[in-house]
Amino acid sequence: MAAVTETLETVQGLAQSGYKFGFETAIEMDLAPKGLNEDTIRLISARKGEPEWLLDWRLAAFAAWRKMEEPHWARVWHAPIDYQDIHYYAAPKAKPGPKSLDEVDPELLAMYEKLGIPLKERAILAGVEGGASNVAVDAVFDSVSVATTFRATLAKAGVIFCPISEAVREHPDLVRKYLGTVVPVADNFFAALNSAVFTDGSFVYIPPGVRCPMELSTYFRINARNTGQFERTLIIADAGSHVSYLEGCTAPQRDENQLHAAVVELVAFDDAQIKYSTVQNWYPGDANGRGGIYNFVTKRGACRGARSKISWTQVETGSAITWKYPSCVLEGDESVGEFYSVAVTNNRQQADTGTKMIHLGRNTRSTIVSKGISAGRSDNTYRGLVRIGSRAAGARNHTQCDSLLIGEHCGAHTVPYIESRNPHAKVEHEATTSKIAEDQLFYCRSRGLTEEDAVGLIVNGFCKDVLKELPMEFAVEAQKLLAVSLEGSVG
Amino acid sequence: MLEIKGLAASIAGKPILRGIDLVVPSGEVHAIMGPNGSGKSTLSYVLAGREDYEVTAGTATFEGADLLAMAPEERAAAGVFLAFQAPIELPGVGNANFLRTALNAVRRARGESELDAVQFLKLARAEAKRLAMPEDMLKRNVNVGFSGGEKKRNEVLQMALLRPRLAILDETDSGLDIDALKIVADGVNALRRPEFSALVITHHQRLLDHLVPDRVHVLAGGRIVCSGGPELAHELEARGYAAITAEAA
Repeated sequence: MAAVTETLETVQGLAQSGYKFGFETAIEMDLAPKGLNEDTIRLISARKGEPEWLLDWRLAAFAAWRKMEEPHWARVWHAPIDYQDIHYYAAPKAKPGPKSLDEVDPELLAMYEKLGIPLKERAILAGVEGGASNVAVDAVFDSVSVATTFRATLAKAGVIFCPISEAVREHPDLVRKYLGTVVPVADNFFAALNSAVFTDGSFVYIPPGVRCPMELSTYFRINARNTGQFERTLIIADAGSHVSYLEGCTAPQRDENQLHAAVVELVAFDDAQIKYSTVQNWYPGDANGRGGIYNFVTKRGACRGARSKISWTQVETGSAITWKYPSCVLEGDESVGEFYSVAVTNNRQQADTGTKMIHLGRNTRSTIVSKGISAGRSDNTYRGLVRIGSRAAGARNHTQCDSLLIGEHCGAHTVPYIESRNPHAKVEHEATTSKIAEDQLFYCRSRGLTEEDAVGLIVNGFCKDVLKELPMEFAVEAQKLLAVSLEGSVG
Repeated sequence: MLEIKGLAASIAGKPILRGIDLVVPSGEVHAIMGPNGSGKSTLSYVLAGREDYEVTAGTATFEGADLLAMAPEERAAAGVFLAFQAPIELPGVGNANFLRTALNAVRRARGESELDAVQFLKLARAEAKRLAMPEDMLKRNVNVGFSGGEKKRNEVLQMALLRPRLAILDETDSGLDIDALKIVADGVNALRRPEFSALVITHHQRLLDHLVPDRVHVLAGGRIVCSGGPELAHELEARGYAAITAEAA
C-alpha cells in the first residue's frame, strides 16, 4: 500500500478524534487576534505551556525580525504582505469526523482521483477502517499536532517522534540543545519570523546506532482562512543512526494568499544518515495566479559528524510562489550532502529554488541534481551556492542543472554561485535547457498516447534522476502529480 | 480500408501534395515509390495526423471514417500506425515503459483490457526475439543511442505490439543491411492477413523482394503519376524515375 494512502488512513483515524477533513468553514477555530507583537508571542507561548527559555528565545527572534527587511533578491514578485493582517495562532476545536464522502471537499476528492488513489482508499477519508501500516505520521493540522501514532514501535527502538511542542515539555534538554543551532533565529527574515511565532511541527531523535524501523511522515494541511503557517521541524540523527523522513502536502482550494514560512533543521552526527523527502502540492492559485500559497521556507541540515550524510529530495509542484533552498553544511570530514529537486511551474506560478552546499570539512562531497520544468506563463529559477572553505581539502561537488520549457511564454533561469577557498577542491557545474519538441509529442500521439499523457511521459523521463531518489511509494504519487500539474499546459 | 481522394496538403504555405487519389483495399500491401521531394513522407505524416501540415483539399477515409477529422491518438486507436523514417528520441523514457503505455492506451481505446507489467514483458520479449532485437533494447531509453538499424527495428517492434490495421512504413528499409531488411520484411509479412493493409514507402526494389506488394504507385510532384503491379518496381529500378514519370506525363 502506498505511503500516501497510509498517511491518509492515519490522518483519517486522527480525524475521528479531532480533525474534520474538507471545508475550512466546517471547522471551528480557536483564533488569536490578527497581528504580531510581543503579546501575540506571549499568548502563543502561554497556550502551549512553554518554559521561560523558549519564550525568551522567541522574543529575541522577534526583536531581530523587527530590524530585518523582507528579502527581494529572489526572482519572484508578489504584492506586499501585511504581517499585521495575519492570525498567528489557530487551534481546531474537537469535532466529529465526516460521515460520508459527501462531506469531503470535492476538489480534494478530484485531486485524489487524479493521483490514482483507489475508491476504497478514498472512502477511508470518510471514516472506513484501514489496515496495518508501516508509516508513522505526525499529523500537523493548522498549527496543532492533533495526535501522533505508532509511538510504541518507535519507542521500542528508542526513537522519539512527536510534535515539537510536546518535545519541548518531554525532552526539553534535547530541544534546547539543538533548536536554532542550524538555522539561527536571525538567519533570515522568514526564519526569524518563524522562530518568533512557530506553533508546531515535528521533532525526531534517533539514538546512536539505531536504524529507524519505519519511514516517518508528516502530513501538512493548511486550512484556516488567513492563518499563516509557521511549522518548525527538528531532526537529530545521533552517531551511526539512519532515518528517512517524508513530508507531503495537499491543500484545499482557496481564494486568499496564504503565507507559509517553515523552518526545518537537521543534525547528523558521525556516520549518521538523514534522508528528507518532500512532495509539495499546495494550491498554486488559479490560471491567472489568483490565490495560492506563498511558500517561504528555510531548510538546512548540518553534517556535524565525520562520514555523515544528509540527502534532500524534493518534488515541488504547488504554491503560487516557492522560495526554498534546502541546504547542507558539511562540517564533518568526508561528510556528504545531496540535493535532488524537481520544480514544476505552470500558469502564473513562480519558483526560486535551489540549494546551498557549504563544504567545511576535508574530503566532503556534494551532489546537486536540479530539474526545473516551466509551462504556461510561469517563471522557474534555480539558485544554488557551492562554497568550499579553506580547510576543505579534497572537497568535491557536482551540479547538474536541467531546465525543460513547455510552450512559448514561460521562463527558466539558472543562477549558480561558486566560491572556492581551497585550491584542492573540485567543483563541476553542468546545465542544459531544452523544450518538449513537437515531433516528440507527435511521435507519442501517433502511438496512441494523448497529448497530456505524452507530456507526462516526457516530463517523468526528464525527472527520472530525481524521482528514483524518492522512497518508492512517494515516487509513484510524484509521477502522477507531475502529469496532473502540467494538465492543459500544451495545445 | 483506406480511400484517399484529391488530397492536397501544404506546409508553411508551400504546397506539397497536389491531389492524391489512392485506394488501398483490405488485405493488400501497396508500395509508394518516387524521387526525393515528391511528397512521400508528407503523405505519411498527413495520414498519421501531424498538425504542422495543412490539408487544403480532398478527403481520406479509413474504414468509412473521416481520417482527417481524427486526432493522431484516435487514428492510432483506430488502427493506423506510422513507422517513422527518422524515429524520435525520448530521453529518460524507458522503451518498455513507452511501449506498454502506448499499447495500453490503444487497448483501452479499443475496449480491450490493459496488460500488467508481467503480461506485457512476456509479450514484448517474444516479439523482440522474433525481430532479433537484443533484450536490453527494451530497457534502454526510447531510441536514445540506438543505431539506425536498431531504431528501425524498434519501429517494427512497436508495430508488432500495436497490431495496426493499416501500417504506413516510411522508408523503414533505409539504412538497413540485408539481414535487417529481411527481418523487417518478415515482421510486416507476419502481420499480413485479410484485415491488414500496408502502405510501404521505399526507394528500393530490394525491400519489395521480401515484401511483395499488390500494387506499386509512383509519386512525383505531389501526385501519383502511374500505378502498376509488382513489376513496376523492377522497371523503376532498371530505368529510373525520370523515364517512367516522363512517359506517364
